[in-house]
Amino acid sequence: MSLDILAPVLLTVISAATPLLFAALGELVVEKSGVLNLGLEGMMIVGAVCAFAAAATTGSGLLGILAGAAAGLGLAFVFGVLTLTLAANQVATGLALTIFGLGLSSLLGAGFVGIPVAPLPKLDLPGISDLPLFGPLLFGHDALVYLSLAAVVAVAWFLKESRPGMILRAVGESDISAHSIGYDVIAVRYRAVLFGGAMAGLGGAFLSLSYTPMWAEGMTAGRGWIALALVVFASWRPWRLLAGAYLFGGVTIAQLYTQGAGGLGIPSQVMSMLPYLATILVLTIIAAGPWKGRLNAPACLGKPFRPST
Amino acid sequence: MTVPQPDAPRLEASGISKRFPGVLANDRIDFAVAPGEIHALLGENGAGKSTLVKIIYGVLHPDAGTLRWNGEAVEIADPHAARALGIGMVFQHFSLFEAMTVLENVSLGLDKAEDRRALAARVREVSQAYGLPLDPERDVYTLSVGERQRIEIVRCLLQNPKLLIMDEPTSVLTPQEVDRLFETLRQLAAEGVSILYISHKLEEIRALCDRATILRGGRVVAECDPRAETARSLAQMMIGTELKTVVRRDAGTTGTVRLAVDGLSVAAEALHGIDLKDISFDVRAGEVFGIAGVAGNGQNELLLALSGERLAGTAAALRIDGEAVGRRDAGERRKLGLCAVPEERNGHGAVPGMTLAENVVLSAHRRMGLLSSIFIRAGAAARFAGEIVKAFDVRTPGTAASAASLSGGNLQKFIVGREILQKPKVLVVSQPTWGVDAGAAAAIHQALADLATEGVAVVVVSQDLDELLAITDRLAVINVGVLSRAMVTRDASVEEVGLLMGGAHGLASEAVAAQAERESSVYVA
Amino acid sequence: MLPRLAALRIEARREIPRGLLYATPLLAVALTVLAGFLLFLAMGYDPGRALYHFFIAPLTSLYGWSELMVKGAPLILIGVGLAIGFRANVWNIGAEGQLTMGAVAGGVVALAFWGEETALTLPLMCVAGIAGGVAYAAVPAFLKTRFGVNEILTSLMLTYVATLFLSTLVYGPLKDPLGFNFPQSRMFGDAALLPVILDGTRLHAGSLVALAVAVAGWVLMSFTIVGFQVRVLGQAPAAARYAGFSAPRIVWFCLLLSGGLAGLAGLFEVAGPIGQLVPVISPGYGFTAIIVAFLGRLHPLGIILSGLLMALSYIGGETAQVMVGLPQAVTGVFQGLLLFFLLASDFLVRYRLRLRPAPAVQPRAQAAE
Repeated sequence: MSLDILAPVLLTVISAATPLLFAALGELVVEKSGVLNLGLEGMMIVGAVCAFAAAATTGSGLLGILAGAAAGLGLAFVFGVLTLTLAANQVATGLALTIFGLGLSSLLGAGFVGIPVAPLPKLDLPGISDLPLFGPLLFGHDALVYLSLAAVVAVAWFLKESRPGMILRAVGESDISAHSIGYDVIAVRYRAVLFGGAMAGLGGAFLSLSYTPMWAEGMTAGRGWIALALVVFASWRPWRLLAGAYLFGGVTIAQLYTQGAGGLGIPSQVMSMLPYLATILVLTIIAAGPWKGRLNAPACLGKPFRPST
Repeated sequence: MTVPQPDAPRLEASGISKRFPGVLANDRIDFAVAPGEIHALLGENGAGKSTLVKIIYGVLHPDAGTLRWNGEAVEIADPHAARALGIGMVFQHFSLFEAMTVLENVSLGLDKAEDRRALAARVREVSQAYGLPLDPERDVYTLSVGERQRIEIVRCLLQNPKLLIMDEPTSVLTPQEVDRLFETLRQLAAEGVSILYISHKLEEIRALCDRATILRGGRVVAECDPRAETARSLAQMMIGTELKTVVRRDAGTTGTVRLAVDGLSVAAEALHGIDLKDISFDVRAGEVFGIAGVAGNGQNELLLALSGERLAGTAAALRIDGEAVGRRDAGERRKLGLCAVPEERNGHGAVPGMTLAENVVLSAHRRMGLLSSIFIRAGAAARFAGEIVKAFDVRTPGTAASAASLSGGNLQKFIVGREILQKPKVLVVSQPTWGVDAGAAAAIHQALADLATEGVAVVVVSQDLDELLAITDRLAVINVGVLSRAMVTRDASVEEVGLLMGGAHGLASEAVAAQAERESSVYVA
Repeated sequence: MLPRLAALRIEARREIPRGLLYATPLLAVALTVLAGFLLFLAMGYDPGRALYHFFIAPLTSLYGWSELMVKGAPLILIGVGLAIGFRANVWNIGAEGQLTMGAVAGGVVALAFWGEETALTLPLMCVAGIAGGVAYAAVPAFLKTRFGVNEILTSLMLTYVATLFLSTLVYGPLKDPLGFNFPQSRMFGDAALLPVILDGTRLHAGSLVALAVAVAGWVLMSFTIVGFQVRVLGQAPAAARYAGFSAPRIVWFCLLLSGGLAGLAGLFEVAGPIGQLVPVISPGYGFTAIIVAFLGRLHPLGIILSGLLMALSYIGGETAQVMVGLPQAVTGVFQGLLLFFLLASDFLVRYRLRLRPAPAVQPRAQAAE
């Protein structure tokens, strides 16, 4: 394959991976604090519709991005109130969040179907951007792509090197110990959950503002769930998560290109199954493999905690 | 607000009360600790000791009462505030993070960030000064229980505490490790640090402490100089009634072998669990066999392997009355007559949210005929539950009450009773009297003895060495998953058992090395 | 020093009060209606009128009630199966996919016999429908029991696959040759359709099956050792193992049962109201049934009520769309809100709120460390 073809393919891989990366990175932090938020899909899609609505109404991509993040944050706050303050079952609440989010998004988005919006501006450096392969690969993106990569670096540093990151890991490792030493478990988890919501919202915003600059009902198409699987795949490590997200971006694009190339006689629907089947395969390999990756799984993941006073 | 007085106690509590649902855990408690004093809080399980120290450390808040620090009234909002005053605490259940390093664990216990390298150096310095060797870079889950406790202590010492609270520190240590800990504590007291030492072990308190406050049922019942008391007089203050001694039977070591364990090896299930390695022993009809050991050395794993909750590699590793059952699950073993009482009551031996009648169905549906085809005979279950309640004096409004509504001791009596009344051939019991009051403990011990007299083989797993010495005929010690040879209890000395409990003289590193050796020999063969 | 001013104290209850357990769903419904009132007001509708058309109008005719059962039947069937799984902490989230596969399997049978149906066709379709759902649920069951793969993610991923599979079929091999190229199968023959049990309505025999399944589910959960095993595994896995109950077997049982019931529900849809295979068979019944299960307190008889209530939310959504012009998406919002309120009100069941700390006088004091 010549460079001229390779570059656009890789570009689309990056685009397909970015929403997954945002959502999964947020969820990674949430899970490291010991909380399992299955509502990623709901937060993503509400983020997508709010970002689109804000951008289409104001004409500002930046406002769109902020609206997407704020919407994800808002839903995450609801999740936090239920699971952290009211100690509700995290699995059930996450599912409720997704059902609610899907309903809310189609309600909010009813007036925006079929409306165009200007895609986010791309970083374009004359001369450099035109270099073969590396030019478009390194420079042809919008701000969200760079933000997602910066977020990987930031989260990796935060968890490994910073003191708040260490406290967050401790809270996810043993809520009871953290509480008895004097850390406010609930407050730490609230912050993590809100961060996760904002990140999911950004993932949604990228979908509706950049990946396919439009609004369509159910446009997340299970990406929230795939992002959840990615966190397991990455065994809660940010850099491995980056690799996982780009791998899945690759799978998505591969099936799109195969469909475009006449699908080798395979019905397009069968090709569309690939990302979902790949997710199942990856989860199985991770669970069955000798490494298991469990050493890194937060010990308190999904357990409700209520301090006694 | 008053000015701190030089001769005021370091800490003074007056009128501290704390209520939990259904229980008054602390009832108007008064006591004081002087600077440099080693002060014991003595009481049975459930007397309110842990609640009281959690209040002092700011983990819990009192419903009423006052704390004074160097004469000055203080309100301790949280552990940060306690540490700021100069209060350090070593928890009974360690507040450690298994998947993190020693250094991270220490750092989390400090209130401000400190440079990694400087902190590591300080950890080494303090641990050397007080004879508490630690490697800051190790992950906690690789450490022995004794080493983990050192982390807790070092974490406190780094903040130069004026008052150090030790909550049941020796329950997880070998006798040799206990001696070493006492040296450290005496050194600290000599430097002026007050120590609040919580225990229910009388000899320890007599050996270590200057004063003792004795709690019973949430109240202060006595204050004394423990060195001027005997263990017996302390125990009477603690328990409040005349002590009963268990009726010892003749050692039943002559019956036929009912339970035979031969070369039982089971890999750990939990991530940081203990592997059982080549365990062999047998228990005869009429015999009470004890398994001693420091907590976390494979007792839980052994109980699971005996009860059938974990399966052995081969059928022949475990025989009940000669029948090889190593590959059969708990239900099938129970059918053959092996009943078990696990250490954890809530969620293991009983389902908290279910009624007593339902909890009977849990383990007795086969032996007591509580099913007709797939349907549960609810009436029969309730009747059997009623029998247990009556025979073992379980305090409950009725068999329709949930297991969660029973106090720990009552639930323990119910579970032990449920297994005993199923007329087992082999009974395996873990921590039979944990959390029950002295009267009930005596009753349970008597029931176990009677069971043995009837020809049942009884296995008792306990961390309480005194209990084992009192009720068993033979005993063996488990250490990092390896069981020692069995010895006749009458002939065993505390020193000998203590050495076995500590593996190679209580040094975890040596024990681990010895374990690795055994491991290779087991698996090569 | 004053005792800390604990204006509102939260204490865990030792015993769950039964009355409160069954009263909180009503509280949740009331809060949802209230939230709906505010939502409609904010959206610029007359809230009284909108709520009337949403919740009351569908119930003013016999046809409305029959539709309630038509839509309630799949929700009850699936909800009962899911509830039994949830009781065991087995989270089958892919009922929608199992429903689809049941519809496909049953539909294929109907089409295979097309034009030459016999009295056996419909029973055979039911068997195929159940088998389709069972087989599809067997995948997450196998992956969970054999490799420990989380069933939430696998069952959900398979839902997307099932939808795509159905669409492959109706766009391809099963497309009606005389259907003007519409993506749908032939209409099933009369003998391959569920009998209507009330003239002039769409009420079919499947509704009766759904009610019977709920009753059977209640008997299973409350009176048999099977239901006991399921409940113990969910509440205390260690106790289940201690009792000698095999967790993998219970997981298999729960997933296959809920998959089979979802498959049957799917078959009832295509052999009932729809009458053929189309690209979209259910308006999200498989997901709504999750709410049905929780709202019915995971109790099979409660699920009859909650299933009918959620059916009302579908019908009410349609009625309100026609009469008031409310967007259909309001249904999803209502369903999500209802589950939120239910989970929130659960707090009242598990915890007791006290205004002031109780005075410290009771002399009987035991274990509390």
